[in-house]
Amino acid sequence: MSLIFYLLAALTVAGALAAMLLKNTVHCALALTAAFAGLALLFLNLDAQFAGFAQILVYIGAVAILVVFAILLTRGSETPQGGVFSRTWLVGLTAASAVFAVLGWAVVASAPLLPTAITPATAATSATAATPAPAVTVEQIGRALVGRYVLPLEVVAVLLTVALIGAVIVAMHEKEEAK
Amino acid sequence: MMGQITPLTGYLLVAALVFSIGLAGALTRRNAILVLIGIELMLNAANLNLIAFWRYGPHPELLTGMIFAIFSIAVAAAEAAVGLGLVIQIHRHARTTDLDAINRMKG
Repeated sequence: MSLIFYLLAALTVAGALAAMLLKNTVHCALALTAAFAGLALLFLNLDAQFAGFAQILVYIGAVAILVVFAILLTRGSETPQGGVFSRTWLVGLTAASAVFAVLGWAVVASAPLLPTAITPATAATSATAATPAPAVTVEQIGRALVGRYVLPLEVVAVLLTVALIGAVIVAMHEKEEAK
Repeated sequence: MMGQITPLTGYLLVAALVFSIGLAGALTRRNAILVLIGIELMLNAANLNLIAFWRYGPHPELLTGMIFAIFSIAVAAAEAAVGLGLVIQIHRHARTTDLDAINRMKG
């Protein structure tokens, strides 16, 4: 594990924690952007350039802006009386801790079975030498998208169209009624 | 078992941590927008798992995990747009985004 991984992991986790803990909703949106950026950098660190840049474009470029718009349109930046956490926060925290315990236990317990597990025979080489990076070009991704994965691509195209129209209709409904 | 952390294990643990933080936020925050933010964090943690398994799995040249993550990003963007549109509409109706105060399905 390299130093850069620990730095990016710390950035991501700190951003996620801040997004869920801060009181001011606008600050939460900013922390969320930091978490998205950390995740995009983790993708780049994993040699997934296309997914990393798609993450930057879609999440930092679009979803974060949408969230800020929604916060400002709903005046969500005002801190409500009674705190920012629900009355049943203890139950939620317990459930999330239990989920993390199960996930962490599963990951740690199955570590020897995972593809890059260090066995005593290969410890000398694999502990230091990383798996060679898969050389994937954008051309290969494009060919895969219009070849092997063309049906999911078309389904996603329909889904995005439906979501676009649906979001506009949902958000405009009351205006039509008012007229 | 608790020897040196392999890269894949490290990424999986980070993803599990981000997923749990998102779940905790989605379950405990009162503002509907922040619940959506928690769901986005959970989706992103799943994407990190997919990319990590693609990178360290046996057949990275097949691109399965990467394509799955790209489709997941597209679906998550659609979900965010519709979800935030719904939140804005609920705010017009109920004059609040506090989930503890929204307790009627009939406007």
